[in-house]
Amino acid sequence: MDPFPDPAMEAVACPDCDLLQEIPALPPGAQARCPRCGHVLARRPTDPIDLPLALTVTAAVVFIVANAMPLMAISAVGRHASTTILGGAYQMWVTGEQITAAIVAFCAVIAPGLYIFFMMTVLTAVRRPPAPHWVGEVLRWGLYMQPWSMYEVMLLGILVALIKIAELAMVDPGIGMYAVGALVILLPAIMVSFDAREVWQRVEWADDEMSSTHEGGDAIRAEAVR
Amino acid sequence: MTATALTAAQAGLVACETCKLLSRPAHPEHPGHCPRCGAELEFRVVHSLQYTWALVIAAAICYIPANMLPVLTTTTFGSAESDTIMGGVVFLYTSGSWPLALIVLIASVMVPLGKLVALVYLLIVVQRGSVGDMRQRTRLYRMVEFIGRWSMLDVFVDTFTVALIQLQPLMSVEPGPGVLFFAAVVVLTMLAAESFDPRLIWDAGTGVERAHG
Repeated sequence: MDPFPDPAMEAVACPDCDLLQEIPALPPGAQARCPRCGHVLARRPTDPIDLPLALTVTAAVVFIVANAMPLMAISAVGRHASTTILGGAYQMWVTGEQITAAIVAFCAVIAPGLYIFFMMTVLTAVRRPPAPHWVGEVLRWGLYMQPWSMYEVMLLGILVALIKIAELAMVDPGIGMYAVGALVILLPAIMVSFDAREVWQRVEWADDEMSSTHEGGDAIRAEAVR
Repeated sequence: MTATALTAAQAGLVACETCKLLSRPAHPEHPGHCPRCGAELEFRVVHSLQYTWALVIAAAICYIPANMLPVLTTTTFGSAESDTIMGGVVFLYTSGSWPLALIVLIASVMVPLGKLVALVYLLIVVQRGSVGDMRQRTRLYRMVEFIGRWSMLDVFVDTFTVALIQLQPLMSVEPGPGVLFFAAVVVLTMLAAESFDPRLIWDAGTGVERAHG
């Protein structure tokens, strides 16, 4: 059963200031802001499922390239060295900074990898609604990973390291570096083109009874506030 | 809309943190779980202020060794030289790339300090129940949330410098103990920003009890 009989007017509370309000029907590409604190409450991307799914699949391929190929190579006095992202974390680990190595590996590999994987799972599963309840759980994990995935910070960090090293040695950017550059654009593109509300409307309710009695039930329900 | 703005908490409603569904819990003391996504419901983040204070204080303590201890030790032909974060900034400046020096200075020194000051300010105004300038304060909070990740910059710079410069016995770079404290500052301030509930800023003067402070 559709939990929102009239999705055109959805009652929400602003997550930043808790103001009750209704989200008006949005034309594609528009967004709704909280009148009190300015938080973006809702946006309506033109294609909230298929476009982010296509971007996610692309990101998954680029992610593999970014991790498998060398980021950069240096040559100095006849010697060569190159590194991958995980190679950087590994070097940190063997030189005695295990915790820092784990943080780097988490922010540069694990969090973005899991984010891409979870989003791909969610977006594939909700193409045929109603999606099973675990899809909501996976989306929650994906949204947890989002702030910890730091490709844009890492890219800037790599560039600063390159310029520092360029004083000492010849530096060549590798294929992995271009892949990281592509991910810096792809990951925010997934976030912008995706609409969590659309996913939640396609996911089965945790409490089946609530979902079926939602329209008539009084205990818990979304309340329209005017 | 009625003339007076009403918050969900005032109306006895609770919005799910995860899926944003509004529901009316039967027992306000124990809101239970969201009927749609199954996440635990809470009117405000439980113990938000305690957690945020604890994380901010821990981060402030780590901020000192993060800046005092060396982050990189460069060994050239047997002689070692250690650099702190500021040392790295000075190196970039003297080697002619002042825009990069400025970026690293802002991301590594000013942003973490600014975040700590901003969070302490927000914690104090919420605890005092101050009512002025709520929109600005919410904007400040969002800025803290947004820029937090950029402080990780120096950790990545150090990681890739260490990874590449392993040309033993000519020259090698090893991480110093400062890196760990620095990474800890970034992670702790990010967690502090996450545990702070911005709705508390707006609760002053609405009569919503701050039972979670």
